[in-house]
Amino acid sequence: MAAHLKKRVYEEFTKVVQQQHEDLSTKKLRLTKPSKSAALHVDLCKATSPADALQYLLQFARKPVEVESVEGVVRILLEHYYKENDASVRLKIASLLGLLSKTAGFSPDCIMDDAINTLQNEKSHQVLAQLLDTLLVIGTKLPENPSVRMRLVEVACKHLTDSSHGVRNKCLQLIGCLGPVEKGVAKEAESQAAKDVQKIIGDHFNDQDPRVRTAAIKAMLQLHERGLKLQQAIYSQACKLLADDYEQVRSAAVQLIWVLSQLYPESIVPIPSSNEEIRLVDDAFGKICHMVSDGSWVVRVQAAKLLGSMQQVSSHFLEQTLDKKLMSDLRRKRTAHERAKELYSSGEFSSGRKWGDDAPKEEIDTGAVNLIESGACGAFVHGLEDEMYEVRIAAVEALCMLAQSSPSFAEKCLDFLVDMFNDEIEEVRLQSIHTMRKISHNITLREDQLDTVLAVLEDSSRDIREALHELLCCTNVSTKEGIHLALVELLKNLTKYPTDRESIWKCLKFLGSRHPTLVLPLVPELLSTHPFFDTPEPDMDDPAYIAVLVLIFNAAKSCPTMPALFSDHTFRHYAYLRDSLSHLVPALRLPGRKLVSSPVSPSITPHEDPSQQFLHQSLERVYNLQHLDPQGIQELLEFTIRDLQRLGELQSELAGMADFTATYLQCQLLLIKALQEKLWNVAAPLYLKQNALASAAAKQILEETYKMEFMYSGVESRQVVIIHHMRLQAKALQLIVTARTTRGAEPLFGMCEKFLQEVDSFQRCFISELPHMQGSFVDKLLDLMPRLVTSKPSEVVKILQTTLRQSTFLHLPLPEQLHRATANIIEPTGESDNPLRFTSGLVVALDVDATLEHVQDPQGTVKVQVLYPDGQAQLIHPKPADFRNPGPGRHRLITQVYLSHTAWTEPCQIEVRLLLAYNSNRSKASSRIPKSTWSESLEALPPSENGIEGTIPFSKPVKVYIMPKPARR
Amino acid sequence: MPEIKVTPLGAGQDVGRSCILVSIAGKNVMLDCGMHMGYNDDRRFPDFSYITQNGRLTDFLDCVIISHFHLDHCGALPYFSEMVGYDGPIYMTHPTKAICPILLEDYRKITVDKKGETNFFTSQMIKDCMKKVVAVHLHQTVQVDEELEIKAYYAGHVLGAAMFQIKVGCESVVYTGDYNMTPDRHLGAAWIDKCRPDLLISESTYATTIRDSKRCRERDFLKKVHETVERGGKVLIPVFALGRAQELCILLETFWERMNLKAPIYFSTGLTEKANHYYKLFITWTNQKIRKTFVQRNMFEFKHIKAFDRAFADNPGPMVVFATPGMLHAGQSLQIFRKWAGNEKNMVIMPGYCVQGTVGHKILSGQRKLEMEGRQILEVKMQVEYMSFSAHADAKGIMQLIRQAEPRNVLLVHGEAKKMEFLKQKIEQEFHVNCYMPANGETTTILTNPSIPVDISLGLLKREAAIGPVPDAKKPKLMHGTLLMKDNSFRLVSPEQALKELGLAEHQLRFTCRVHIQDPRKEHETVLRVYNHLKGVLKDYSVQHLPDGSITVESILIQATAHSEDQGTKVLLVSWTYQDEELGSYLTALLKKGLPQSTA
Repeated sequence: MAAHLKKRVYEEFTKVVQQQHEDLSTKKLRLTKPSKSAALHVDLCKATSPADALQYLLQFARKPVEVESVEGVVRILLEHYYKENDASVRLKIASLLGLLSKTAGFSPDCIMDDAINTLQNEKSHQVLAQLLDTLLVIGTKLPENPSVRMRLVEVACKHLTDSSHGVRNKCLQLIGCLGPVEKGVAKEAESQAAKDVQKIIGDHFNDQDPRVRTAAIKAMLQLHERGLKLQQAIYSQACKLLADDYEQVRSAAVQLIWVLSQLYPESIVPIPSSNEEIRLVDDAFGKICHMVSDGSWVVRVQAAKLLGSMQQVSSHFLEQTLDKKLMSDLRRKRTAHERAKELYSSGEFSSGRKWGDDAPKEEIDTGAVNLIESGACGAFVHGLEDEMYEVRIAAVEALCMLAQSSPSFAEKCLDFLVDMFNDEIEEVRLQSIHTMRKISHNITLREDQLDTVLAVLEDSSRDIREALHELLCCTNVSTKEGIHLALVELLKNLTKYPTDRESIWKCLKFLGSRHPTLVLPLVPELLSTHPFFDTPEPDMDDPAYIAVLVLIFNAAKSCPTMPALFSDHTFRHYAYLRDSLSHLVPALRLPGRKLVSSPVSPSITPHEDPSQQFLHQSLERVYNLQHLDPQGIQELLEFTIRDLQRLGELQSELAGMADFTATYLQCQLLLIKALQEKLWNVAAPLYLKQNALASAAAKQILEETYKMEFMYSGVESRQVVIIHHMRLQAKALQLIVTARTTRGAEPLFGMCEKFLQEVDSFQRCFISELPHMQGSFVDKLLDLMPRLVTSKPSEVVKILQTTLRQSTFLHLPLPEQLHRATANIIEPTGESDNPLRFTSGLVVALDVDATLEHVQDPQGTVKVQVLYPDGQAQLIHPKPADFRNPGPGRHRLITQVYLSHTAWTEPCQIEVRLLLAYNSNRSKASSRIPKSTWSESLEALPPSENGIEGTIPFSKPVKVYIMPKPARR
Repeated sequence: MPEIKVTPLGAGQDVGRSCILVSIAGKNVMLDCGMHMGYNDDRRFPDFSYITQNGRLTDFLDCVIISHFHLDHCGALPYFSEMVGYDGPIYMTHPTKAICPILLEDYRKITVDKKGETNFFTSQMIKDCMKKVVAVHLHQTVQVDEELEIKAYYAGHVLGAAMFQIKVGCESVVYTGDYNMTPDRHLGAAWIDKCRPDLLISESTYATTIRDSKRCRERDFLKKVHETVERGGKVLIPVFALGRAQELCILLETFWERMNLKAPIYFSTGLTEKANHYYKLFITWTNQKIRKTFVQRNMFEFKHIKAFDRAFADNPGPMVVFATPGMLHAGQSLQIFRKWAGNEKNMVIMPGYCVQGTVGHKILSGQRKLEMEGRQILEVKMQVEYMSFSAHADAKGIMQLIRQAEPRNVLLVHGEAKKMEFLKQKIEQEFHVNCYMPANGETTTILTNPSIPVDISLGLLKREAAIGPVPDAKKPKLMHGTLLMKDNSFRLVSPEQALKELGLAEHQLRFTCRVHIQDPRKEHETVLRVYNHLKGVLKDYSVQHLPDGSITVESILIQATAHSEDQGTKVLLVSWTYQDEELGSYLTALLKKGLPQSTA
């Protein structure tokens, strides 16, 4: 029976709904221009039950409303509001009012009076709260109208006595957001209530409901944010709130105290239960420190974070935060840190500990022990040992900020930071290493501390090791043993993780140049020289030996006595390293030898750098030759290209520049070569082979121009013109070659058309640059443009050919900074002989780890390509989260590539490489076109127009041995 | 005055045999039921005859609560429930319920099979006992009966350790068991909300110690192990099977993982494997790191730690071995120790306390030549290290917990009397609460001041709230009503309803008071003066001068007549009903002070 009834109810229900839909549609059809307000009005009038009305309203809310009709809709809604008996419908109407007032371009002052009126007779607390929310929206929409705000604040004050927490909450929020901020504005005419918002809000700090208390504090903070100077009297109230039972109140109170401490750092506050007085910022610091051991971790995080930004606190209080008196059976015990320090200062190197070494020594006076730390005592000790890593990270960050501003504190917190290197969560470890690096200018590591720091070098996480290398780059070590220790550990690191080579060398470079005097006494030992005997010459390719030499040579740079200790082969090795690893080995003034390169004094600006000079000179040379015989030009270009490539290898800082120009010259060379082919003189079809050469050259030039445009960071528009110009020439070449080889004018016609379009768009894009390009291909072409447009394809080709031959070689200006995007795949190494076995049809994940340099927007452009032996290629887009940014211009890609294939009989190698995707639409040339979203641009742009997408391989391919096995049945 | 009585049967000014009786609001609860490690006679178990001489324990105890699985907190449980006889509920957390029988069984085996004792509980008894256990979740409020409820809080210390709140009505007691306020590698820190119990019973093992940070100790430990292994030496770590062993395992496991070390780590098998299984299961009870990463990999699924075989001890090359027992007094750890002691490359690390007389204690105190059984002399060349890995709260931790819970009284157990004395003094000084430290068998009585809830009808509340000024959170408010105590409940109702319910007729009660005032003037003038005066003072009330020469203030009537003998004295008759008692007495007091001199 019941089931039957239910069924009937459902039937009826569905029927009703259907009818509504029909009505709706007919209604819409009948109205010629459906006015929103009218439709809504009709709907609402028709609604028989509150549920119906609610449905209508919900549907209505889904559609946007035009600015013009907002007011009308609001009127309709208000009308229904007064008629409506059901609270839920009124609630929805209230929320709709708020939503509508947010409409852009609509000024809600016209509906404000009505909105305030609705408050008068409302009984439901929820609706009241919603209405106040609407008023808040209205108020925020009218920022330049103080009287309106005043009225709203008054209304809010009136409702502050409401018994519902929701209403009080909203009132406080409203007062916080709209309350008058400037002192003078509150005129006498204004009501009493609106005058002192701070007092009104402050009264609700003691509200019985924790949510209202929180809202009150938040409102106060809001006022502060809006620029009102909070009164100092609030401080004592806020302090009381720190002991609140509810975490959100405590959390907000901590913020408020912090704000006050920043406002009145120097005021004096009394210490309760004693006659003493302290600075407010110190008192607040103590109180916030106390909250670091709060019961709720949210509050702890909040407190720990805020501690970092309290830099005015006196050093006495600051240092207490690291204080923790140990005791055992009421006897004073030294902390491990103190013991370590003592061991160090007594000159004894860390010995194995004996039983009872940490036995407590002196008796303590029981009365003097303070178990509950008053104030700041040990706050960071607690924070760093906290259960939640969020708190620990916040504490480390705070330590960092405080240590940066106080060198003495930095010295003290060192022990604690070093301890954090052993945290169980990698993030925390990483954070503390970074922190240490940031404060490294303030500190000198003791040997025992260094020991602990270096122990982390064996960490299996590359991030951690690299961060540590960075840290070592800028640490100060106090003794020569320390340097030795660091070197030994770094070498250990090198043998364990050979991939860290570069990073370790770099680290040793800085270590050497920072501590020349400490390295000096170590030199004989490190080079294993002997006063009487010749020692065997070490292997020059050993990375460890190179590491040692990097350290020594960098130290020798500022220590002229050092080279005297070198043996003969050291000098030879120096010459070799200076040549091959010039970025790591500085130029040295070696006695009795001619300088390998001229000494670089720091005053010389980069422009006067000889290698830079060389670069410019060779370019000058090339650009000046205009009238040499073709053979001579070719040879000169070839030599210059060779020189530039070599320069790029030697001077890493000029590599980008050199490569860029070399590529450009290469293009030019190809062009010249192609134009000198004999095929131009003979009837075309006879020289198919030659012809292939020319078209290949054109193709290559095109490729190279894309590389030039997209692979280098720092390319400016001046360069882009030249590149595009070169591309245009290549296209012209292509056109000529095709014209020579194809019969019939039909296909040629289209090509000519396209080419002319391109010339046109070139002109449009680079109109401002054209004056600089006198005598160039395009310049001449544009002069001939009217003729070209009207003439036949064969004519066009002929013209092109002559212009191409006559055009001059454009000078490529160099930008300040130019870097070539490079990628280096670290993992997989490609050395493994063990094939990666997996069942065919299933996937196997291959870890790919690569470093990218000078790649702009790697998330969008870098792709991974996998080439299977059967020629199948797979392109993988790594997730944006797989890219990390360890430094400016550097990125690191750590991702997983999924491989799959059908079964093979033998294991075989696949190739993995990184590609740089480009899209000529996104090029710098067309950057003036406003950026549209991805999907739009796809649809909007015709595919023919320059929309060339492509990829440039920019890493060496790595081979991976894989073996898909047939699945076993 | 209601009171809470606490009697420790064990662990009163002592460590071991934890067993505390609590009577709260007529309910009797036993907290923990442990054994004493130091005794092998009757003293090893609590004296249950204290509870009742004859008669069943079940009738006297409402429930038993076990805080964690250490034997000094649960060792006497089968004896208590099966041999003495108790059939009521026993509460413990899920991990405790899982691991406790393993330890009890082990304990039984050692006592009965090795030492050959009779009259000890049997395996069956352990099983029967565990059937009476009710497992509870963290923060779950369990109703033991209609009035008594208990709730568990996380305590750190060992897996499944909990603090319990016992609550009857408004009175409550929190028992901490053993707890740890600093997190370690596998467990989090103890946490309690601001529950403001009447009494907090706290352990105080480290009452006089403030410990160094855990990180230093861990780092030292790892460095020692790492150095030895790099040298090619072997490391022996004697441990007890549960608790610290797991922490050290996690520590070494993660270190091996981080540092990419290859040397093998072994764990001597036995009951550990079973227990490890439970560690894997109860992930929610572990610390943040393990909880967050277990989806990728459960940290207790050790990659580097393998089961130990006797033959491995002779293998060449470096290795790390965890072996039981922890004090090197017998068993596998001692065997391995004898094999390795001669080589100075090797190392033994004692992670905990060693009892006097054990080999562990001897080597820790620096003895280098040990006499083994059979008059053999064993020369110890290996390095001996001591690392304290203890999971009890130190003095600061205890204070921190007290601060979190805000109890009205504190009672210390599970510690040495001398150390407690210090902590007690500190607690009283810092928190201004009473602190007790009863010895075993000594009863402490704590008076409580419970608030008694009274029901009030909404109508009455609203009516009374509407009278007078707007309610203010800062000021108490006077309300009128009739307190009805009926059927064990308290209700505040309006007088009319009370009369109706009780079937009584209403009587009017009026207070009348005469106040003499020296005033030579005429009566009506006096009345006018009084009227003006009252009007001036009582601004919030309606003061009216009636035509018949009397004054009304609200419903209070004031009439003035001349004194029959002395015309200079006027008699003011003030009359009010008992409902207006407050105002009436105020008015009389006001009038008694006399009128102000100038009536202008």
